[in-house]
Amino acid sequence: MPDGLSKRTVSVTVNGQDMTAEVEDRYSLADFLRHALGLTGTHLGCEHGVCGACTVLVDGEAVRGCLMLAVQAEGCAVTTIEGLANGDGSLSPLQQAFMDNHGLQCGFCTPGILTTLTAYLRDHPNADEPALREALSGNICRCTGYDTIVRAALAAAETLREGAKA
Amino acid sequence: MSSTAFVGQRVKRLEDPDLLTGRGQFLDDLKLPGLLEAAFVRSPFAHATFTEVDAAEARAMPGVHAVLTAKDLPPEMQGKRILLQVPHPEITYSVTQEPLASEEVCFVGEAVAVVIADSRHLAEDAAERVIVDWEPLAAAGHCETALKPGAPVVHSCMTDNIAGRLNLAFGDVDAAFRNAAHVIKERYEPHRGTGHPMECRGVAAVYDLTGDAFRIWSSTQTPHNTQRALVDMFGLSEDNVRVITPDVGGGFGPKNQVYPEELVIPAVARLLGRPVKWAEDRREHFLTTTQERDQVWDVSAAVDKDGKFLGVKGTLTHDAGAYLPWGIIMPYISATTLPGPYKLPAYKMAVTVAFTNLVPTTPLRGAGRPQAVFAMERLMDAVAKELNLDPAEVRRRNFIQASDMPYDMGLTYRDGAPVMYDTGDYPEAQAQALAKAGYDDFPARQKAALAEGRHIGIGIGNYVEGTGLGPFEGATVRILTNGRVAIYTGAAAAGQAHRTTLAQICADEMGVNVTDIDVVGGDTGVMPRGAGTYASRITVNAGSSVRQASAELRGKALALAAAKFDVKPEDVELTYGAVRIKGEQGDSISFEELAKMTSGMPGYALPKGVKPDLETSGYFTPPQATYSNGSHVAEVEVDAETGQITILKYTVVHDCGTVINPMLVDGQVQGGVAHGIGNAVLERMVFDEDANPLTTTFADYLMPTAEIVPDCDIVHMESPTPLNPLGAKGAGEGGTIPAPAAIVAAVENALMPFGLRITDCPITPQRIVELIRDAEQQNS
Repeated sequence: MPDGLSKRTVSVTVNGQDMTAEVEDRYSLADFLRHALGLTGTHLGCEHGVCGACTVLVDGEAVRGCLMLAVQAEGCAVTTIEGLANGDGSLSPLQQAFMDNHGLQCGFCTPGILTTLTAYLRDHPNADEPALREALSGNICRCTGYDTIVRAALAAAETLREGAKA
Repeated sequence: MSSTAFVGQRVKRLEDPDLLTGRGQFLDDLKLPGLLEAAFVRSPFAHATFTEVDAAEARAMPGVHAVLTAKDLPPEMQGKRILLQVPHPEITYSVTQEPLASEEVCFVGEAVAVVIADSRHLAEDAAERVIVDWEPLAAAGHCETALKPGAPVVHSCMTDNIAGRLNLAFGDVDAAFRNAAHVIKERYEPHRGTGHPMECRGVAAVYDLTGDAFRIWSSTQTPHNTQRALVDMFGLSEDNVRVITPDVGGGFGPKNQVYPEELVIPAVARLLGRPVKWAEDRREHFLTTTQERDQVWDVSAAVDKDGKFLGVKGTLTHDAGAYLPWGIIMPYISATTLPGPYKLPAYKMAVTVAFTNLVPTTPLRGAGRPQAVFAMERLMDAVAKELNLDPAEVRRRNFIQASDMPYDMGLTYRDGAPVMYDTGDYPEAQAQALAKAGYDDFPARQKAALAEGRHIGIGIGNYVEGTGLGPFEGATVRILTNGRVAIYTGAAAAGQAHRTTLAQICADEMGVNVTDIDVVGGDTGVMPRGAGTYASRITVNAGSSVRQASAELRGKALALAAAKFDVKPEDVELTYGAVRIKGEQGDSISFEELAKMTSGMPGYALPKGVKPDLETSGYFTPPQATYSNGSHVAEVEVDAETGQITILKYTVVHDCGTVINPMLVDGQVQGGVAHGIGNAVLERMVFDEDANPLTTTFADYLMPTAEIVPDCDIVHMESPTPLNPLGAKGAGEGGTIPAPAAIVAAVENALMPFGLRITDCPITPQRIVELIRDAEQQNS
């Protein structure tokens, strides 16, 4: 039997909920989320760590779901796109800014871009355009040409700053 | 009369809430009970034969349900190849792929077996244990060398690699060259890249024994093409094959053909009696999803003493790859696109389509046009240089004028109709682009930069693009018994926001909000016939169908209400989601009630003369293609030491006729330019001389990122076309088409002090350093 078939039980907190599932050691975190937990909002675009579509937050940090093994996430708090909306289910300021600024077309890369920006804007609330472009340079979007994503991020940053003041 | 509360407005997308919260349903997200997953065994050689596939070990592995080779496929698939999409009389060998190769493979990645297992992981494990007795053969790795005498043949059954020849001509080319004051001869070589939607391809299938029916989900731009190919392969009725597109994560052309996996997966699902899914990974995408753009243009321009073009002649060698899923239409599009917005009295292009042992080429955002525009615009620049004129001035002297419309170029387009430009003002488009780009001030800017040791340059790219191709796309519009309005269309979306666009068109006719409209698209089960999402054709075709069907439905609703109230149809009017008798305190009846009256519900009688069901259906058939146009101006800075290119400013004047939603068109243009930037400076599929692909990850094949793509300055000109009821033209590809020409021209202009010429693309830092070194050696 190939080594990859040995299994372990992994327990993680995903979007605030405790979840436990048995998974092959070789499963990536993204495969675990998608297949073992049924959270298909996290997308796989290249599975070699370049495109950023699979980015999720692990203990608050933006991480490539395709480059981290599920077993490494044991005991961690994971946030995926399914967990970004406001508590009442309405769009978060970042999600709303993407809708208002046409920050997505096909929407496939969007989960990774939203998670990347969630962490980045939390740590850099005053980010300007060049900084945002650099922060986004690890996320490939084939549809938009990025400009509307940058506009959406700037708009969200402003809303978040105002929210912090209030 | 329709109002325009929504058409022309920056209406926010109906698609977004689901996609922003992880509720999108892409192919690999489908949850089907008892689902099995597939992996393919693929050729490691660009050309090889084989006789035996030993799958014994793989079949015995845990979790493996089946391993199938070509001979294990059902009898009706034996000896058959995928249906050719675009037949053409000049094709020498109409060869498409087999569902699984049976004895010969012709590119790296061609599939010879499929493994079905409980998971993709297990299927891949087993695929590695399948042993094939490969007999490698010599391979043809480039379209030009493939045509040389003695070159390895791509298909063993052929004696050469000519897939087809085309000759396109008008006017007296010999006289043009006899009378020319200047003849400029150039050679241009645009290179291969591909679409790289962020979602790769994929297909899932369920076979229902009851009814002998397939339900197939495919990440495709053309569900009806997939359905046609399946019907052809299995000899079934269309009723038994339903193809559905889930959310599709980008297309850009390569998801526009039918692939072997779309036939094999349904066959396996039927054989095993279980749902089966295959989701392509990025490596497979690099190897097996169609690509485009390798061409060699040897072209000459005959011009008079003032730089007016008298004629263009030459040869075009086009790389078809190993098979012809889309026939030879792409080089045909290239050859008919070359004259562009310019008055060309004479033209002669001899096209040779060459097979190579590379993944097949099919239309990719622009579809043969970026290369043609590259050739013509680079010729314009070469003429400017030769005659010591401003490149913008040479173009100005050659433009077709707005007063010349409609303008018959003298060629026949791919749809069989003459290339007849319908509307547009090409000189004005360039004038606006130059003004926005600060073109007149540029020489001063360039001089100042050079004084600081910085190399900046400017370049122009103009184009005309045939869009909105027929034959048709259809739509059904229905008032539902819940009072909402539903649109059903065959058109499949891949990020273009069809739901929003079509809802805008319908909302204005029906007097409701866009959020009161449901749009179901890309499903052969809701619209029996369709062509597909390619050739920038959906707004023109499906949009016009929605407009016509909605207008008819509006009339039907008014007539029904009038009959119900026993008044004349002109005495009633649509209000929000209802019809009422005109005047104060007139009676009113809701859409919900109207729909119920005609739905067959007991207790509702049909008024006299009213037909059942509150719906209309129709197919819009455009008389010919409608021609979009635009002008791009790129300003770049080049680091002469490292070859690094920075795009400082990018200006677009874009004319796609009536704009339905400026926000969406801006998005198409900006995204299209980003793709064009990739083609201009980054993206190249590199193969070695044995036709092995060398760029098979995003670390080798570079995609445009947020740091590279500038915010384009986009100006919309609107020259509505009389060819459809919306006045709209296609907008999906124009951003890409002239970008390589404009950017490469700008890079060449920036490097003017070195006296070098750039005739290929992408132009990478490495290539720039080479060209500078070569130029310096020549000059020393």
